Amino acid sequence: MSDSFLNPMVPQPYRVRRKLREMQDVVTLELEPTAPDGEVALSFAPGQFNMLYAFGAGEVPISISGDPAPKRALAHTVRDVGAVTGAIARLRRGDVLGLRGPFGSTWPVENALGNDVVLVAGGIGLAPLRPAIYWLMAHRERYGRLILLYGSRSSQEMLYPRELRRWRSRSGLEVEMAVDRGTEEWRGHVGVVTKLISRTSLDPLNTVAMVCGPEVMMRFAVQELQNQGLVPERIFISVERNMKCAIGTCGHCQFGAAFVCKDGPVFRYDRIQFFFNKREV
Amino acid sequence: MQIRTLEGVLVQHPFFQGLDPQYVELIAGCGANARFNAGEVIFREGESADRFYIIRRGRVSLEVFIPERGSMMMETLDEGDVLGWSWLFPPYRWQFDARALELTRVIAMDGQCLRGKCEEDPRLGYELTKRFAQIMVGRLQAARIRLLDLYNPNPADTG
Repeated sequence: MSDSFLNPMVPQPYRVRRKLREMQDVVTLELEPTAPDGEVALSFAPGQFNMLYAFGAGEVPISISGDPAPKRALAHTVRDVGAVTGAIARLRRGDVLGLRGPFGSTWPVENALGNDVVLVAGGIGLAPLRPAIYWLMAHRERYGRLILLYGSRSSQEMLYPRELRRWRSRSGLEVEMAVDRGTEEWRGHVGVVTKLISRTSLDPLNTVAMVCGPEVMMRFAVQELQNQGLVPERIFISVERNMKCAIGTCGHCQFGAAFVCKDGPVFRYDRIQFFFNKREV
Repeated sequence: MQIRTLEGVLVQHPFFQGLDPQYVELIAGCGANARFNAGEVIFREGESADRFYIIRRGRVSLEVFIPERGSMMMETLDEGDVLGWSWLFPPYRWQFDARALELTRVIAMDGQCLRGKCEEDPRLGYELTKRFAQIMVGRLQAARIRLLDLYNPNPADTG
C-alpha cells in the first residue's frame, strides 16, 4: 500500500513516461510511479483529479485525462498558464514530480446506464471529459445515443484532434464541433457551442448531460440544456476553484456549503445551482 | 410518392410555428425552391437584399471580406436556420457575404413580395417582425458570448 493511501497529503514521486504536445501551450504528460508499489494510485474514476507538485514551484490540481481502464501510466493534460503549470509543462521525459490523489467526485457514468449521454465540452474542458468518453465507448452497448458537442476557439486550438477524428468516424459516438473563428479549410460549425445543443434533438427524459469548460460557457450550456427540457437533476458540471489540500479541510475551494475538492469537482446541477448563479461565491 | 407543397414545408418549419394558416398560405405565395452547389455564392455584401432563405438542407457560411486577409467566416447556418434579414429593413442591402459550404437546398422567399403583403396587413408584418427579432436576439447573444473569447487562456490578449 502506498504512503499516499495512508496520508493523502504526502505526494508520491511519479516519472514522466511520455510527453505529448497538444498545442503550443498545452501538453499531456503520462506519469508512472517511480516506486514499485505506486500502482494503487493508477486507478481512478472519470472526472477525478490529482494534485501535481512541481518541485520548487508548487502544487496544482489537474484533472486526469486518460483512459480509466487499468494502464501503466496516468495522463494529465496541462495548459501553461502560470508558474506551477509552466514548470509542469516544461518537464521532460524521465523527469520526476510529486503526485497526490486521485481526489474528488466522478462523472455519473454508472448512473447514466441505459440513457443517452450528451457531453458538452469547451476548450481545454475536453480533458476532464475524455476519461468519461473512454469509459462510455468501452461500454458502448450499455448506453443509448452518445453525443459529444465540442466548442473551441479555432480548429488549431482543438484538443486531441486525432482522437476527435477517430471518434467521429466511429458510429458509436456522434461528434459535433464548433469553432469561434472559422477558416477556409474548416468544414464544421462556426458559432457558439450552445448552438450545437439547440440543434441536437435530445430526448430530455432519457438523457444525461455532462458539461465541462469555462464557467460562463457552462452557464449558457446549462441554460440551453434546460431549454431542451433537461431537468437540473440530469445535468452534471465540473467546477473549478482554488484547490489546495484536496481533502476538504483547508477551505480554499469552498463553494457555498460544498468543497469543490471533496464534494466536486463534478456536481449534479440541482445541488449547486443556487450558488452557481451567485456572483459572490 | 408524397409530394410536399411549399406551404406544407413552411408549416413544419419552426420559424413559422403557430402562425395563422392563412398567413402561411400567403407567405408560400412569395416562395420558391432553390439550390446552391458547394462553394456557390448566395449573396454578396452591398448587393440588393431582396430575399431571405429557409435552409432545408446543407450548410451556409456568413462571411466578411477583409483586404489582405480574404474572406473570414463569421458563422455557419444549417438545416432549419433562416438566412438573411436585410430584406426587411432599409436600405435593403446585404451586410455580409453568404456562401454554400455544401449542396444546400432552400426555400427562397421574395422579400419585396412579402414586404408588400406586410404593408397591406400590419398583423402579418408584426408576426414576421417578431419572429425575425427572435432570430436577431439569438444571434446577438451568440455574438456577445463569442466576444468574451472564453477559450482564450490569456484574456488580456484579444488578438
